[in-house]
Amino acid sequence: MIRYILRRILYAIPIAFGVSVVCFSLVYIAPGDPLQTVMPPDATAETIAIVKHAYGFDKPLPIQFLIWLGNVVTGDFGVSISTRRPVILEVTDALANTSLLALFAVPLSFSIGFAMGAAAGCFPGRWIDRIVTGAAVVGVSLPNYWLGIVLVIFFSVQYMLLPATGMGPNGSTEFHILQWSDARFLVLPVITLAMIPIGILARTTRAAVAEVRNQDFVQTLRAKGLSEWAVTRHVLKNALPQVMAVMGLQFGYLLGGSILVETVFTWPGSGFLLSKAIINRDVPVLQGTILTLSLIFVATNLIVDLLQSLIDPRIRRG
Amino acid sequence: MALGNHLILRRPRSGRLEGPAALIQRSIAMLALAASVMLAGIAAQAGGGTLTVGMTAGDLPATTGNPDQGFEGYRFVGYNLYDSLVLWDLSKSDKATDIKPGLATRWQVDKANPKRWIFELRKGVKWHDGCDFTADDVVWNLGYSADQKSPQFNPAQFAQSRSYLGNFAGVTKIDDHIVAFDTKVPDSLFPYEISYVLMISPCRAKEVKYNWANYAQHPSGTGPYRFDRIVPHQRLELVPNPAYWDKTRIPKQDRLVLIPMPEASTRTAALLAGQVNWIEAPSPDAVDRLKAAGMRIVTNPYPHNWTYQLNFVKGPFTDKRVRQAANYALNRSDMKELLNGLMLEGYSTVPPSTPYYGHPLLYKYDPDKATALLKEGGCLPCKVTFAISTSGSGQMQPLPMNELVKSQMEAVGFQVTLDTMDWNALLDVTRAGVDKYPDINAINVSRQTQDPFNALIRHVWTKQWAPKGSNWGHYSNPDVDRLVEQIYGEFDPAKRVALLTNLNEKINEDALLIFVAHDLNPRAMSPKVHGFVQAQSWFQDLTPVSVEP
Repeated sequence: MIRYILRRILYAIPIAFGVSVVCFSLVYIAPGDPLQTVMPPDATAETIAIVKHAYGFDKPLPIQFLIWLGNVVTGDFGVSISTRRPVILEVTDALANTSLLALFAVPLSFSIGFAMGAAAGCFPGRWIDRIVTGAAVVGVSLPNYWLGIVLVIFFSVQYMLLPATGMGPNGSTEFHILQWSDARFLVLPVITLAMIPIGILARTTRAAVAEVRNQDFVQTLRAKGLSEWAVTRHVLKNALPQVMAVMGLQFGYLLGGSILVETVFTWPGSGFLLSKAIINRDVPVLQGTILTLSLIFVATNLIVDLLQSLIDPRIRRG
Repeated sequence: MALGNHLILRRPRSGRLEGPAALIQRSIAMLALAASVMLAGIAAQAGGGTLTVGMTAGDLPATTGNPDQGFEGYRFVGYNLYDSLVLWDLSKSDKATDIKPGLATRWQVDKANPKRWIFELRKGVKWHDGCDFTADDVVWNLGYSADQKSPQFNPAQFAQSRSYLGNFAGVTKIDDHIVAFDTKVPDSLFPYEISYVLMISPCRAKEVKYNWANYAQHPSGTGPYRFDRIVPHQRLELVPNPAYWDKTRIPKQDRLVLIPMPEASTRTAALLAGQVNWIEAPSPDAVDRLKAAGMRIVTNPYPHNWTYQLNFVKGPFTDKRVRQAANYALNRSDMKELLNGLMLEGYSTVPPSTPYYGHPLLYKYDPDKATALLKEGGCLPCKVTFAISTSGSGQMQPLPMNELVKSQMEAVGFQVTLDTMDWNALLDVTRAGVDKYPDINAINVSRQTQDPFNALIRHVWTKQWAPKGSNWGHYSNPDVDRLVEQIYGEFDPAKRVALLTNLNEKINEDALLIFVAHDLNPRAMSPKVHGFVQAQSWFQDLTPVSVEP
């Protein structure tokens, strides 16, 4: 087991390096100037050259990459061009805010999605299967920014029950989860964010459960005289590794924040930060955020792989 | 309350007074108490509420002096926290705004040297941190934004100020309240240029050891608002500066909260849900919904131009007849209908209320004349490529507006290809100029036309050829260049306006741009918001605004 874990961690290192190269290069492929945020539209070439030099953007790209990588390894992600705050502070603040959304969206979507999928998979072709499949297709297909806007129109504008935008009445620094006046800001973004993972998990779980139910060992279990409930337990346990792989990806998605949902609700999370950095071409923030989110994905996949191997030793042997 | 405290603090600490003295003292104390209760009551009645603004900006504007986020940054942060030597008079809605004294009370060109301006500074002004404002501070501030060798030089401020300081050569302190600015060439427009350069407190900068990130969290200016609190990317809260030097502009509201909300639908929802009581630029299709909910929509013409700058080096627009045809092809009233009435039909670089508008040749909708001009110019069908953006500062509704322009131009014989890109990419094209993008025939970049240079000169002057300046298409005309130099050298305001009028008329006569629209600067506000006067400017004065509880 330890060798397996070490092997998986070693695999993660080149992936992380590859991610850093890609995320550094990607931001330069897009047209636009990294100093656009501090540069007025009518800035002259001379002005741009002087400011580029002051910010170190006049150096060749490979040199910039090596300097950046050297700093990143020591935990220095640079400074935001637009706010002049350390990128690490920008990213950790945003991640904390997104984690708060994920804290509610993960259990909500995982429990509902798994329960719906399991119920549908256990009764294939029956009315419950049809309802779940239909609901899952709707959940996956609805653009979440559209759903967010509809929820806002209904709950915020029409009935004024919940706030339309923001994180608390005084911003994220004074957000107290235990106060309803603050917590109510979570409701609409969490529901919006959970909708797609619910659909995906319901479909995945349904397919996995239906597939396992057709396997020979299920017949054997029934032949041994196990109750239907006991058989279902075995079926669900066997379907779990497949579902967990998808849960891992969705967990990464929820923790990474959704640019669209966070922009619609002006939720100051990592997706919101990313969208601001893209619009402003704030290269240090863009690189820091993409790298951090990518590493979260890499780490999540690593953990899921390890958990899968714990549940199903055949994976470890493979 | 303050009066009461003041008296209590001055009360003798010695033992109790006896006899008539005690009676007098008790009477004074009672009167003071009554007065303080009355004052507190008046203050409570006059409570100006909290004005919460949903801005279109993608992020909070910088608080370190000249802000980013375009003129919205100046409107809400720059001119509220800070002052410039020359300010804009934003008190009236019925005429174009002009400059007025700010931290300088008077300015005049040196009679012996037309390349030197003398500015007399306002006395008795204090920074928010308590330091006195002096001539040394002005010299220090020009080092901050213009002198790469000075210890306080800030590249971001340099970038923001450079466009306004192109002619600036140096600044000298004459005495504690007089400074002299030297310019590279005689520059009659210098007071306009310096109006965009905001002054920050050297005391505070030294206190934070020139750490601009730290300064941004503790800014200090001389403006009508003081900084109170910032949550990065989310909200900036300002409070009135009761010691502001212009007593008529001490803010009437208790607090000003600024929230960036780049999505128009988010801003509309936030206003309707009561989370903000003022939003910038509601989308035209939301206006009816907002009005139905009792919101007030405020509009006024202002110096904005939604236009196309043309390629004068290569392609069909090098022919004046083709440029005129493009202008005759546009039915601007259709465009107005598309925008739910939220625009002024554009026939010139500046709106008609501008003092130097004059009597320009107007290209009213005439499709037959447009087709005839194309035939005459030998360009039928006339293939042109426009670089446009999906969004951007001042771009209004770029996609549907460009589609309408394309269809109207194609109806008279053009074949228009829209090369759509994001705002940053279009800015790259704009800054680089025609040399780098010779196959683009026009760029759709909205421009502010707040002052003579930005309104007219930068589009036509040979010295402004991109990438050095904003003359994207490299228009050049010796007569126009001579006229520009005359404008710079004319220090009599009335004569200068006559020269500028001549220039505006020449621009129209030469069909230098494709004129389409002037934005009406729409904003929506709750019926509880009172006292706002929308000036014909990119900048607005929020100090008279109060908000009902």
